[in-house]
Amino acid sequence: MAFLEIDNVTLTFRGIAALTGVSFTVDKGGIVSLIGPNGAGKTSMLNCISGRYTPDSGSIHLGGRDLLAVPAHARTSLGLSRTFQNIALFKGLSVLDNLMVGRHARMSYGLLASILYFGPARRAEDAHRRRVEDVIDFLRLSPYRHHPAGKLPYGVQKRVELGRAMAAESDLILLDEPMAGMNLEETEDMARYILDINEEWGMTVLLVEHDMGVVMDISSKVVVLDFGRVLAEGPPEAVMADPAVVAAYLGGEDAVFLGR
Amino acid sequence: MHGQCGLFFRTYAGEAQLFPGRFLKISMLLFFAALCLAPWAMNKYLVSILCLINISVIGAVSLNLLTGSCGQISLGHGAFFGVGAYSAAYLANLGLPFLLVLPGAGAITALTGMVFGLPSLRLKGIYLAIATLAAQLILEYVFLHWDAVTGGSGGMALDPPSIFGFAFDSDLKMFYLTLAVAVLCVLAVRNVMRTRLGRAFVAIRDYHLSAEIVGVDLFAYKLRAFGLSSFLAGVGGALWGSYTMYITPEQFGIGLSVSYLAMIIIGGLGSVIGGVFGAVFITILPELLNFIAQHAGAAFTDLSGALLAMKEGVFGLVLVLFLIFEPEGLANRWRLVKSYWKLYPFAH
Repeated sequence: MAFLEIDNVTLTFRGIAALTGVSFTVDKGGIVSLIGPNGAGKTSMLNCISGRYTPDSGSIHLGGRDLLAVPAHARTSLGLSRTFQNIALFKGLSVLDNLMVGRHARMSYGLLASILYFGPARRAEDAHRRRVEDVIDFLRLSPYRHHPAGKLPYGVQKRVELGRAMAAESDLILLDEPMAGMNLEETEDMARYILDINEEWGMTVLLVEHDMGVVMDISSKVVVLDFGRVLAEGPPEAVMADPAVVAAYLGGEDAVFLGR
Repeated sequence: MHGQCGLFFRTYAGEAQLFPGRFLKISMLLFFAALCLAPWAMNKYLVSILCLINISVIGAVSLNLLTGSCGQISLGHGAFFGVGAYSAAYLANLGLPFLLVLPGAGAITALTGMVFGLPSLRLKGIYLAIATLAAQLILEYVFLHWDAVTGGSGGMALDPPSIFGFAFDSDLKMFYLTLAVAVLCVLAVRNVMRTRLGRAFVAIRDYHLSAEIVGVDLFAYKLRAFGLSSFLAGVGGALWGSYTMYITPEQFGIGLSVSYLAMIIIGGLGSVIGGVFGAVFITILPELLNFIAQHAGAAFTDLSGALLAMKEGVFGLVLVLFLIFEPEGLANRWRLVKSYWKLYPFAH
């Protein structure tokens, strides 16, 4: 069984099918890109995996465990984390605290320890701070450590959000358009971070991205969605050469007749 | 040799302290020493205001935990305060010692608060505010009509609290008791806010969708916020009941809920010190206006009636001016003043 296995997932909103019988797999240690035109169902797919939407039918397994049987907030402890397309940071918390929240599922001390801030809480805060500082160093966020996240520049906020997902030290990280709205330099940095997260930090990456240059360069596998269906799946070069994919992006010769 | 300039930390624990730095520690020590000595130089009336401030601090800080930090607007805090006062009266009349009455009243109020926090699973923002308004009205009705327990419109009498035979039967003694409890409550909330629990609260306030993704169980944590906040409100209410020694339903009306909201908005939403500032400000302001109106009335005798009437208007005006010129609250102003003096006399 593959690491992440999506089998025959169908998701509808009052009769409108967002996903129709979507199946694909993500192997452990890979960087898999989910691409497709606007409205193809890429973000809906991520939302099904992370638990914001519940598919009408089909199954999603992560490392052999049934994700759909677990509520969204408990999926983090199964080794899942994600970022959002529109920045979804905790604006009132500092960068440091945003990353510490990322480790929420990994901390376990109770209410009383919180209130009294004795033994377990003190030790856990210290230990988790150390791990968070590794992420801060890696993403070069140290100048912003104590700044409120909401007041940082856009590119930095994107990095903080990546950091929050990394801080969870999950096995699978879902990135929803990490390069959206970034300039060339920031895009290159982000691509480098994603490669390092994959190779050094050992996280499997499932990526939704519109920047085809990046997708072709870093992906080990590409899955193309169009109108809620999987159009193609395979290595980047093979997918790019697929006439169906070209047609979906540029419009095929018979597109006019099909009414697309 | 270079002297050390500024505040540096060598450990993460050092940075996580409540009062980092020697200057802050010494100033807090001096402040509390002065606060403990101050009542000896004051008359009974001023000491009673200090007691009210201590109790208001508990109420404001607890509401700020729920509304300011966790983003769950509550218009029922005054009634939760009342639940604390009535529970304390009931438990005290059963003959329990004060050291059990205080946490007992807190626990009963926490349960009540969690029950009325249940709608927060589905309701947000202004809709939740209306749901908690319903809680306020229901609880007021219960205070008034559950005669067997609350004494109905006649109210309930309490004895002054006593701990191990020591009776807190004067304003001065009550001042120390209320101060001690208020300090404990504020420290508890400060601790909560620098740990996992407090961060989860703020995460829910700022972006509940990503809070869920990082593993925060929204419903469980909202209930925790309601429970914790109501517990502290219950403790505050118990102190209030023991201090006034007579409680009636109308003391815990919607007016009290609104004045707690005013405290945290003026003090600064989501900031612990803001709750304290707001409580001090809102408690002192009417007394100050009273004082001015009386003295001005003595000087201009024909105007004294008008001056007393103007007092209420001035109170409202001050609040409105505050919202316009200090929308982020006194806590933010305090931060600005501190950073000004940190760099004085150079503004960079």
